[in-house]
Amino acid sequence: MRIPLSWLRGFAQVPADATAEDVMAELVKVGFEEEGVHRPGDDISGPIVVGQVLSLQAEPQTNGKTINWCEVRVVPEGLTQTLTGDGVDPSGVQGIVCGAHNFEVGDKVVVTLPGAVLPGDFRIAPRTTYGHVSAGMIASVRELGIGEDHDGILVLGTLGLDPEIGTDALELLGLHDEAAEINVTPDRGYVLSIRGVAREFAHATGTAFLDPAARISVTRSSGAGYPVRLEDAAPIYGKPGCDRFVARTVHGINPTAPTPAWMSARLRLAGMRSISLPVDISNYVMFELGQPTHCYDADKLADGIVVRRAAPGETLRTLDGKVRTLDPEDLLITDGAGPIGIAGLMGGASTECSDATVNVLVEAAHFDEVSVARSRRRHKLPSEASKRFERGVDWQMADKAAQRVIDLLVELAGGTEETTVTDVGTEPAAVTITLPSGFASALIGIDFTDGQIVTALTDVGGTVEKIDGGYRVTAPSWRHDLETPEDLTEEIARLVGYDKIPATLPVAPPGRGLSRPQQLRRRALQALADAGLTEVLAYPFISKEDNDTFGVADAGAERSAIKLANPLSEENGYLRTSILPGLIEVAKRNHSRGFRDVALFEAGLVFLPDGTQGTESIPPLGLLPSEDVLAALYDGVPEQPLHIGAVLTGKDSPLAAGHSARAWDYADALDFVRLIGAVLGVEVVISQGLHQAFHPGRTAVLTLRSGDVVGYAGELHPKLLAELDMPARSVALELDADQLFEAAPDVIVAKHISTFPIATQDVALVVPARIPAEDVLAALREGAGELLEDVALFDDYRGTGIGEDRKSLAFGLRFRADDRTLTADEATAAREAAVAVAAERFGAVLRG
Amino acid sequence: MSDKTEKSAPAADAAVPETVPALVPEAVPEAVLGAQAAPDPTDEASITAAVGQAVAAFAAAATLDGLKAARLAHTGEKSPLSLANRGIGSLAKEQKAAAGKLMGASRGQVSKALAARTAELEAEDAARILVEETVDVTAAARRRRAGARHPLSTLQERVSDIFVGMGWEIAEGPELESEWFNFDALNFKPDHPAREMQDTLFVEPPEAHLVLRTHTSPVQVRSMLERELPIYVLCPGKVFRTDELDATHTPVFHQFEGLAIDKDLSMADLVGTLEHFTRQLFGDEAKVRLRPNFFPFTEPSAELDIWHPGAKGGPRWIEWGGCGMVNPNVLRAAGIDPQTYSGFAFGMGIERALMFRNEVGDMRDMIEGDVRFSEHFGMEI
Repeated sequence: MRIPLSWLRGFAQVPADATAEDVMAELVKVGFEEEGVHRPGDDISGPIVVGQVLSLQAEPQTNGKTINWCEVRVVPEGLTQTLTGDGVDPSGVQGIVCGAHNFEVGDKVVVTLPGAVLPGDFRIAPRTTYGHVSAGMIASVRELGIGEDHDGILVLGTLGLDPEIGTDALELLGLHDEAAEINVTPDRGYVLSIRGVAREFAHATGTAFLDPAARISVTRSSGAGYPVRLEDAAPIYGKPGCDRFVARTVHGINPTAPTPAWMSARLRLAGMRSISLPVDISNYVMFELGQPTHCYDADKLADGIVVRRAAPGETLRTLDGKVRTLDPEDLLITDGAGPIGIAGLMGGASTECSDATVNVLVEAAHFDEVSVARSRRRHKLPSEASKRFERGVDWQMADKAAQRVIDLLVELAGGTEETTVTDVGTEPAAVTITLPSGFASALIGIDFTDGQIVTALTDVGGTVEKIDGGYRVTAPSWRHDLETPEDLTEEIARLVGYDKIPATLPVAPPGRGLSRPQQLRRRALQALADAGLTEVLAYPFISKEDNDTFGVADAGAERSAIKLANPLSEENGYLRTSILPGLIEVAKRNHSRGFRDVALFEAGLVFLPDGTQGTESIPPLGLLPSEDVLAALYDGVPEQPLHIGAVLTGKDSPLAAGHSARAWDYADALDFVRLIGAVLGVEVVISQGLHQAFHPGRTAVLTLRSGDVVGYAGELHPKLLAELDMPARSVALELDADQLFEAAPDVIVAKHISTFPIATQDVALVVPARIPAEDVLAALREGAGELLEDVALFDDYRGTGIGEDRKSLAFGLRFRADDRTLTADEATAAREAAVAVAAERFGAVLRG
Repeated sequence: MSDKTEKSAPAADAAVPETVPALVPEAVPEAVLGAQAAPDPTDEASITAAVGQAVAAFAAAATLDGLKAARLAHTGEKSPLSLANRGIGSLAKEQKAAAGKLMGASRGQVSKALAARTAELEAEDAARILVEETVDVTAAARRRRAGARHPLSTLQERVSDIFVGMGWEIAEGPELESEWFNFDALNFKPDHPAREMQDTLFVEPPEAHLVLRTHTSPVQVRSMLERELPIYVLCPGKVFRTDELDATHTPVFHQFEGLAIDKDLSMADLVGTLEHFTRQLFGDEAKVRLRPNFFPFTEPSAELDIWHPGAKGGPRWIEWGGCGMVNPNVLRAAGIDPQTYSGFAFGMGIERALMFRNEVGDMRDMIEGDVRFSEHFGMEI
């Protein structure tokens, strides 16, 4: 909301020297944030004065143009020119070359004298042109920054102005005024008016508020006015779409009467263009009182007005020239010929006022917030009017606003007021609220006095009645947001001042600290960072193709994923089912910035559609839904497990003297999986696996002991890496962290530590190459029995002397007993038992 | 590693004592080594002279090998002192005691000098080896990558820890939410413009009424439905709006919201809690200021400014979030009796905090995942 200061001064005690910043500083105290300052005078400076054309000589030029050599009086005859400077003629008459032709001798015009600066840093100075010294410029509205018209210069008579020669034109045109812009929260529609702002300014400063509505004297109707019927057959939420419609008529206005400069200046500062006098007056009254009005050409209306919902298939050509197909929920203003406006949004083209309109019918109605909001969304037609209706307009303002429009039309366009008044509708019951004593004090923590409470609530426009145990407050007609004692409490606190609220620190009951999964998540992520990986946070929006590739293991399978209804980009229109695509994108961004060796990880939710999605209906607000409804709401929210992913490309460490960096490989991915498992206390079983995003021979499927799959790790598929323009041999891992957290043990049972000596034995076994080492290890463990403390694979040899499709695996076995020193024979026997199982299971033979 | 780099590597291991060429034995003077006539063990002057020669030879030895030669010459089998010592046996009985005493003292003197010189030369040798083992520590290779947490995560954890320290718990919830949790339960009227204050990302199909949460407030609703009263929870997490990414906006960002529901909570408790919290994060000079504002889920509502003593360009007020007393309609939606319980709530942006607390100038730095951004912060914030 932009507030021209001159306008506000009419209704509030704004000091004469106050700036827009000063006004905003006051309003912010009562809850209106500062948005900005509009000060047209910053872009334009004098001397810019009213001049009268004394002579005008047309001089055709060789370039085909005709210029006018003008003598313009800028100081009244008999007075002396007080200005000095290059080009200012002491006689008070300036010689000016002008290219425009829309004026004649005797016209009063705006003269920008040498030294003046116009918007766009256009500096005026005497210059020699077309054989004359032109000392100044006769300005157009566009040059002055107050309009678009550049067809000719501004002739002040067309604005109905006949000022003295030499008058400060900036003052005359309202260019010394400035506007403060504030943000008005959606609950305070009444502040979308100078009336509302003035009231709030009075609250903020403790000064008097002069209600502009109180100055309007509404004509007592002399008989039946223009016929209007309210026929809403389908109210929304039971509320009629229109509960008041005031119609007034003015006859015989001058259709070409101009909008006065002061009015267009204020409208311009408020952010509205000047269009025509009736439209400008309508907008002016809306800004002043908060009540939108509409002017119809009364001669274009037929057979009375009916306010009703649209019929299916009905259309309306609106003022902007667009033909709109109406929805049966749209509330319409209609006449005998059909729709003439969508309530609260825009009028129709057929009944528009034109420069031939002499009889005007003024509408000032009160429309339902929801009805206007839905029509506005449906037709994408936001307007200053709809903004106000959606936030709630003062029901009491309709007749006053209509009267104000009539008064201004009569004053500025010379019409005659029709004394019959149409005013139909039903006043809604006033809202009364009981505020118990002590309620506000308890909620705010300030001990409010009775005086503070009554004063505050009266100041905001309420009627306060003291009752047993508290107050009965009748909310003012413009405050649709006041419904509960909490609402009243905010008003009391706001007017007393939020800065008066003391600070007390409540003590929470003993907490349990971070939950187990929260601790485990921190631990896992910190471990990855400690291990040298860098955490990133990518957007969870990815493409369908990426979900199909990364979100499902089986080649060719489609991943069902959740599609955004209004995505930020069509390409990444789905929610992720895998965390890897985002990491790859970030990796590539780093590559493009010169970092080829990166190790990135992310922990984030993935979105897995399952069974039911959402709920068809949404329970109403302010009520605890039934258990069934609540359960359905919970169940309707798709699974969103936390995934941890990592992508490693290039080398494991920076280039340095005396150190050889190693390329990341699949084993690094597995090592980070083991690291996560280790810090969580969860055994992650690594088995040979397949996933379409990974190299078919270098993929591990990751499971829990239970067999549940928790993720994949390994080298990304070479073909995919090539397609993605990623370095070859890049590796990745992805884990369902929620499953890991769940598998984490609550209690780890201690292991007995034997202090007897170790007996070590090595063995090399030749087995078929396809047998996974982990299976051979398992066989050895099983065969060796409980004397085996540990077994490790320390060599994997293939080649000469081993045989085709075979490999030699060398294992170190460590034996130890709990209760004695093992003999060499005992250790050997255990080793032989271990080898026997491997031999039986895989045909393993000792390497000779 | 290539052969070339191997050869150019610093030779830290090469400096082993055995291979040091400086240890080549020195020439020992012939006069010392040559067989000599055995001095008379009763002749104190000549014995003293021999001791003097031995001590001088030890002192003259510049290396351990030189010292070894001197030792052989002056204490070996054929050295004058050994020969003289052996001569004691042939002396008259009455001479033996005095000669034995003289020889004992002399030989003691010599071994002491030898031990002292040995210690000296060994110390010199050790010191030289240390010098020779010197490497250029500034050229040491960085063998391990230094990883990093994302500063948004670090800050979020820091904030959480402050509240955990106050006895609060951390509540989390889904990012894709039912509209009821995100709006209706929070007293957003279906057709009220307030619902459009937050440009929402919806998912298909619209009839499912699922949205990407526009704030972490749905977690507050879930907390009220699921937890025992009283409730003191902090709800940090990722939230979504339809903003385009630029220097000051991102469609995906992070918030933390606090909720306290208890008997007799007032707005003063809200102020006190925020004040305590901001002092932990911004220092003891930090202050909070509330300004009236509007949110559907709180009444009264306020905008939260904090006085940031360490702000770039000097201490100043900074707008950080919203707060207020929980609207009774929100309590009712969660089955809590507003007659008995009241509560307060607040919400702040983590990205914004990172901007004004850590002077991050461009929102995109937090989003793009450039490793330089996170690595600069490392594990701290």
